[in-house]
Amino acid sequence: MKYLPLVFGALFRKKWRTLLALLSLMAAFLLLGLGQAINSLVEGGAEFLGVDRLITQARTSFTQPLPLRLLPRIEAVPGVKRVGWSQFFGGVYQDPRNFFPQFAVDPARLYDTYPEWTLDPDAKRDFVATRNGAIAGRLLAEKHGWKVGDTIPLSSFIWQKRDGGNAWEWKLVGIFDGRDEAWQKRTSIMYLNFGYFDESRVAGAAGLAGVFVVRLSDPAEVDTVAARIDAQFANSPDETKTQSEQEFQIGFLRQIGDIAFIINAILGAAFFSILILTGFIMNQSVRERVPEFGVLKCLGFTDRTVLGLVLAEALALCVSGAVLGIGLAYAVTSMLPADYPARMDSRVLLIAAATAVVLAVVVGLPPAWRAMHLKIVDALAGR
Amino acid sequence: MSVLIEIRRLSKVYERGKQRIEVLHGIDLDIPEGDFVALMGPSGSGKTTLLNLIGGLDTLTEGSLKIDGERIDALTGAALAAWRANTVGFIFQSYNLMPVLNAQRNVELPLLLADMNTAERARRARVALELVGLSDRASHKPGELSGGQQQRVAIARALVSDPRILICDEPTGDLDRKTADEILRMLQSLNREHGKTIVMVTHDPKAAEYARRTVHLDKGVLVDEAAH
Repeated sequence: MKYLPLVFGALFRKKWRTLLALLSLMAAFLLLGLGQAINSLVEGGAEFLGVDRLITQARTSFTQPLPLRLLPRIEAVPGVKRVGWSQFFGGVYQDPRNFFPQFAVDPARLYDTYPEWTLDPDAKRDFVATRNGAIAGRLLAEKHGWKVGDTIPLSSFIWQKRDGGNAWEWKLVGIFDGRDEAWQKRTSIMYLNFGYFDESRVAGAAGLAGVFVVRLSDPAEVDTVAARIDAQFANSPDETKTQSEQEFQIGFLRQIGDIAFIINAILGAAFFSILILTGFIMNQSVRERVPEFGVLKCLGFTDRTVLGLVLAEALALCVSGAVLGIGLAYAVTSMLPADYPARMDSRVLLIAAATAVVLAVVVGLPPAWRAMHLKIVDALAGR
Repeated sequence: MSVLIEIRRLSKVYERGKQRIEVLHGIDLDIPEGDFVALMGPSGSGKTTLLNLIGGLDTLTEGSLKIDGERIDALTGAALAAWRANTVGFIFQSYNLMPVLNAQRNVELPLLLADMNTAERARRARVALELVGLSDRASHKPGELSGGQQQRVAIARALVSDPRILICDEPTGDLDRKTADEILRMLQSLNREHGKTIVMVTHDPKAAEYARRTVHLDKGVLVDEAAH
């Protein structure tokens, strides 16, 4: 602590230079904070999903539908408790910007496969009984001001109706919520009655579902049951790929590319530039102060103390940049709507702290080493 | 007076590549405690090298250098740094203050190495600044002070840990005559009233007159010695 005036005094010897270095570091750590928050979303965003659910998709791609006739054979697999199915609808509400996920499902099977959703019994019955019925999540309904009984027009960019149009009208029969906070945050989706969807869409697509949702009797049997299901359809025209819901979700997010790799590559490039810049600044700063280090050694400062002082400067600079950047990233992610749950968590903070320390050592050690080994008489002469 | 600094057959050789430069050759010199010695001589005579050796800033090639009976030429690294911190105060021609610290913080610098709390450091620094007549400039940074004032801050820094020896390398070299005389009178007072042993390198014969005696070097050997 007693050396702090010396450390900060040296840092602010050239105020503009330090300020620019600090801004560069802040920008890099802001990028790191936001990037890692997105990574956390991709890697950990599916953690809340049920561990007792499997998703069975076509082996080639989840965009390739599977025939509903596979259903009895999946239901017959030992360890399977209940099977539902789901088809991505791909609709927009009034304006293309109003996109939210919609899935056509069998209502009765939805309740069995997703018990995490809560819906009052009357609405449950209405969803089963209403031909063009739909239920909306609470956050979605609140966002658009929907009430039960409203007609919700959706234009699908995937599915055409048999009459050639893509405008679909759905009657809102219920508003569902999540049983806990994690699920409540994800109520920005909508479920549509598959029956109406299937009979109304173009003839060639009828009887097909995007994926089967398989609920297990025993969560410990995830791998075994998945293997059994896929074995059922091996070497058939409808080969399947069954995986846990978490794996499926992560795989879905990665369809747009390996987000983590792209983010880390960008961060790597940014931090390499920062490393060069900060390293240059630290070297320059030490070079300018060679006689001052000579004086400190004259006064009795040991070589190790001088080494520590320069490293402390580097650490103070990098940690200050990290605190500012991560603080800003925290503010940005806090302002994101619930639909984008990218959040700063302890993992991101740990990564940022470790990065700041490593950066400080890498940029601080070479000039610190040089200052440590300065000969007093040479340093006093500015050599 | 007992001998504080005892130099015997001291030689210093610098090697620059294949070139071997003998800067000091067989120096024998005794400096009693409480003495004020001016080292004079032409450029390249070795006076600053001798001063650096006495201050423990450089290592000798041959001979011995005892201070208060201790072979400081045998000390290295942290032990030598600790010896410097406890025994020697340095005053340089170009003051060598930390430009980012104010006068008070500059004077406190040597005390950072001592086991001392913040309040005690500040108190001692204030006393040292009062001694050099600069207590009203404690919050000023070196850039806000005149050359004479900066040198007085440097003297306060050299004194604050109460060393027995003051090493002065051309302390008035950058000052006008009037200010130089003020500084030299201050050094003389520190020698006479506070008993500090002072070794000062100077080119200026008038500055040397403030010392108790002058030692002349030429081409690395002692050539003359005169008491004032």
